[in-house]
Amino acid sequence: MRRILIMGATSAIAEATAREFARRGDALFLVGRSAERLQAIAADLKLRGATAAECHVLDARGMDRFPALVDSAAEVLGGLDTALIAHGTLSDQAACEASVETMMQEFATNALSAMALCTLLANRFAAQRHGTIAVISSVAGDRGRQSNYVYGSAKAALSAFTSGMRQRLHSQGVRMVTIKPGFVDTPMTVAFRKGVLWASPATAARYIVRAMIKGTPVLYVPWFWRPVMAIIRAVPEFIFQRLRL
Amino acid sequence: MSEAIKSWRSGPGSSWGNLLHYSHRVVPLTHRFAALPDSSPLLAYGNGRSYGDVCLNQDGVLLATRGLDRFIAFDSVSGVIECEAGVLLNDLIELTLPYGWFPPVTPGTGFVTLGGAIANDVHGKNHHRVGSFCNHVLEFELQRSDGTVLRCTPEENREWFCATAGGLGLTGLIRRVRLQLRPVPGPWLGGDSRRFRSLGEFFELDRVSGGNYEYTVAWLDCATGKSHLGRGVYMRGNHVPGREPVKSRLPVRLPLTPPFSLINGLTRNFLNQAYFHRPAAEQSAARWHYQSFFYPLDGILELNRMFGPKGFFQYQCVIPEAVAERSLTEIFERIAGSGERSFLAVLKMFGRIPPLGMMSFPRPGATLALDFPNHGARTLALLEALDAITVAAGGAVYPAKDARMSQDSFQQYFPNWRQFKAYVDPAFSSSLWRRVTQ
Repeated sequence: MRRILIMGATSAIAEATAREFARRGDALFLVGRSAERLQAIAADLKLRGATAAECHVLDARGMDRFPALVDSAAEVLGGLDTALIAHGTLSDQAACEASVETMMQEFATNALSAMALCTLLANRFAAQRHGTIAVISSVAGDRGRQSNYVYGSAKAALSAFTSGMRQRLHSQGVRMVTIKPGFVDTPMTVAFRKGVLWASPATAARYIVRAMIKGTPVLYVPWFWRPVMAIIRAVPEFIFQRLRL
Repeated sequence: MSEAIKSWRSGPGSSWGNLLHYSHRVVPLTHRFAALPDSSPLLAYGNGRSYGDVCLNQDGVLLATRGLDRFIAFDSVSGVIECEAGVLLNDLIELTLPYGWFPPVTPGTGFVTLGGAIANDVHGKNHHRVGSFCNHVLEFELQRSDGTVLRCTPEENREWFCATAGGLGLTGLIRRVRLQLRPVPGPWLGGDSRRFRSLGEFFELDRVSGGNYEYTVAWLDCATGKSHLGRGVYMRGNHVPGREPVKSRLPVRLPLTPPFSLINGLTRNFLNQAYFHRPAAEQSAARWHYQSFFYPLDGILELNRMFGPKGFFQYQCVIPEAVAERSLTEIFERIAGSGERSFLAVLKMFGRIPPLGMMSFPRPGATLALDFPNHGARTLALLEALDAITVAAGGAVYPAKDARMSQDSFQQYFPNWRQFKAYVDPAFSSSLWRRVTQ
């Protein structure tokens, strides 16, 4: 049985992933902003087989409270060996362009807070010499594009941060999994026409859980985003700057 | 969180018949604590398995309820389950069957939401024994656009319960459901199936079967030719214990809509005759897994695509027992003379348990379901002619499957509609409702 902390537990991908863990009988510590939504999810996860599903209300921007959060998770679950960091906001690019403050807030929510939590978890897991940390980054972090480069650069920071941390933790028995979802059919993306490129949160969740168990370093969901993004990264900047992506 | 979108061939904004492609604004509901959007007309959209426009709301708002898919409580001793209204019957079965509990009523697909099952007061092969879905609903929560939330049970807020059961989603948003399940010994059903050569034989078989079998249904031969008229295969079964391992069924998918209908005279005749003559059509000790018994067509996802880009009409009517044989014969003859052909025909006798819904479809008599590939005006003319027979017989057509019945027909089939109108939420509407009442 895994003892799992899930940050941003009310997001569609996090909830679907939690259901996969619940089916396996794992114990879950759910962190999110809304108490009633967390409680509804926790009740559901217990019925789906979770050994435990505890709720903790916290805004991801409250970074000073992260040490207490991690301690509390370990105490309530009787230990902690897995974490999924899934919180984030799909930034309003136009608002971020208009306001330095908004831009910095978005960056803090999507990058700094996840990096802060990773730091605490990494130290704890390194000390106990086992554990898995999975972080939801994004294909948007593979290259900055005019349509969402604030969100994208925060995710790029997360990807680089987790890559370095993965190296550091490798010899200490701790696995770091960077998850890069492409198109997932969530409330965030309702406006897009869904074609064969789209994955449901439930499908994404199955891949995520498998990667977390195996300790896959970088997971693209669905898989074909890996070659797609390789091509997009390979476009020379003098051409890329003229494109409308 | 919402945008105007065109309706796709799947997903919010489409319905199972693939006939209508309207534009909607889709608002996905992700939890059960939010207020309704401040716009209109609103309509809940579950899993899109109703056939016509009962789940559509042209140029209006669809509240996509599949995000309301959490279980709230399950008592494995009493078999009472409480969950959000977007939970699929399949997901419910996956949770409760290992404890020996099964939905009291299930339609022919497990891909329906509980909210949709209430809004259409769906029925199953056991209607003659247990009535329709809402006869087993203990409670639901109805959210109205004025901000009120009503807890409805057959006693508390009874008039709202009865208006919402079979109320086509028009009385507000069903957010939460409490349902009494029925105990079963496992996933297996046992019974038999036999061929019948005429409608007379069907009614005779049904008379002797209804008392002994909880589930009864007949498939009718749709191949062309006089000798085929009214013949078919009668299936009956009960839940039975069994420990056989279950072969897991990986669903196949029709990934694309073919540019033309795969259903034509040749394929229809071949498949129908093969179905009638296959050895399993006559077996004395049949054993079915619940999926192949209740959901034979769920094994191929998006099977509706086989009818091609023009889609198909389903016609399901109920005819009072006294005139059933005569009216059904008339229906078959009318179809035979029209040049249109049904691909699949299912016949079932409803029982006498009265539905709770003011607008519920099930009523005593024979119910016949037919699938017609859409050939435009020709098909519509035939269905209009079938309506004339159903109206004359004092029967009704099932709104969940309809995309074309006239205002006059609807108002004769559902004489309570004026009384029901008082319960329709002023901010809710549907394409069907506007079609049959305005």
